[in-house]
Amino acid sequence: MPIKLPDLPYAYNALEPFMDEQTVRLHHDKHHAAYVNNLNAALDKHPEWHNKGLEELMANLKAVPEDIRTAVRNNAGGTWNHNLYWDLLAANAGGQPGGELLADIQKSFGDFAAFQQKFNAAAVAQFASGWGWLFIDDKGKLAIGSTPGHDNPLMSGAANISGKPLLVVDVWEHAYYLKFQNRRADFVGGFWSLINWKKVEGLYAAARG
Amino acid sequence: MKRREFLTVAAAGSAGVLLAPGGIVPAAQAVETTAPGAFALPALPFAENALEPFISARTLSFHYGKHHKTYVDNLNKFTAGTPLAKLPLEVVIKETATDAGKASVFNNSAQVWNHTFFWRSMKAGGGGQPGGNLHKQIEKAFGDFAGFKKAFVEAGLAQFGSGWVWLVSESGALKVVKTANADTPLVHGQKALLTCDVWEHAYYLDYQNRRKDFVEAFVDHLANWDFAAQQLG
Ligand SMILES: [Fe+2]
Ligand SMILES: [Fe+2]
Repeated sequence: MPIKLPDLPYAYNALEPFMDEQTVRLHHDKHHAAYVNNLNAALDKHPEWHNKGLEELMANLKAVPEDIRTAVRNNAGGTWNHNLYWDLLAANAGGQPGGELLADIQKSFGDFAAFQQKFNAAAVAQFASGWGWLFIDDKGKLAIGSTPGHDNPLMSGAANISGKPLLVVDVWEHAYYLKFQNRRADFVGGFWSLINWKKVEGLYAAARG
Repeated sequence: MKRREFLTVAAAGSAGVLLAPGGIVPAAQAVETTAPGAFALPALPFAENALEPFISARTLSFHYGKHHKTYVDNLNKFTAGTPLAKLPLEVVIKETATDAGKASVFNNSAQVWNHTFFWRSMKAGGGGQPGGNLHKQIEKAFGDFAGFKKAFVEAGLAQFGSGWVWLVSESGALKVVKTANADTPLVHGQKALLTCDVWEHAYYLDYQNRRKDFVEAFVDHLANWDFAAQQLG
């Protein structure tokens, strides 16, 4: 069964002015769609892998046949990361999380502003194409990191960080170039106004079990 | 100019001369960087609007004036007060290529070199086909010019994420290779002849996601074959 491209959960212009309509349209309909198509094309060569979910593919990259392993890593990652990215954004969002997540952020990073600063720094410092993450590491602690390409913390043993993702920002240039050009930090600064913290709190609760 | 003079002048931050791919560029072409340092931003070898409509002046204003300049500024920042600041750019690149602890210096120095090489790989009214020995070498390696173009465009598309596509000479034969991020043929025993930047910033304002259209425009309308032939020697 082919992997599908999820529809955006809002209108293309819903994230203005922090993400402009043209960027969101290209990003979802061209970039994200291409990763889904490329993943299906790779899996077509080994149909027995076509019924696995994205998470299972990413957690078992070493078992994926070698001739499609890099394509699966790049395109399952590209598909899954964008799925999460869109899902965690919303119009009229931002602010701060509540409850246990906020308490954990304060305990882990000092306060919310210090957390933002550390997350921004990781996202801005990722050289070339990649993603910035808040995740729960394998010891159960909140952690901030970044990955190159479309790697993510679910690619255990393959990616540079490992754990359960809670929040992600895309820092490939296609995510911001039309509106911000070389000013990645300005883009990441605006990203905070789009975070749907209710969803992030849901991921946090699920990960904590 | 002797090496010693180069070091003295460059280290003083007055941008007397600078090492560019293929040789030394005269002082008149160097432009100011905000942070004076050992490494200077070479002048663009053409006006910012010279490559229109294939690369817009707006793209070049960011690509050269922001991205390339930032690599130079970062390189000066990361090497300030270290022995690396006294070395020619190409030596810095080679010395830091395999040192994980020097990744920032490598990334920025290689990106300075790659971008300088990229500008020189293009000219207004470029494209077409090379003549002479370079043409013969291309036929030998790729069958014909169309074979080269196909290999070059395919490699540009196949480079995942950020990177570069190159025509290089290695052990006497031409090859098309791609490199990721800041990686460069300089550190792989290859002589670079021509390159196209396939980081998204190189084409996103003009072509958005259509990298193929950009690389084809590079080959058809911008490639500076005189420069490539000079590199081949
Ligand atoms: Fe993206
Ligand atoms: Fe570039």
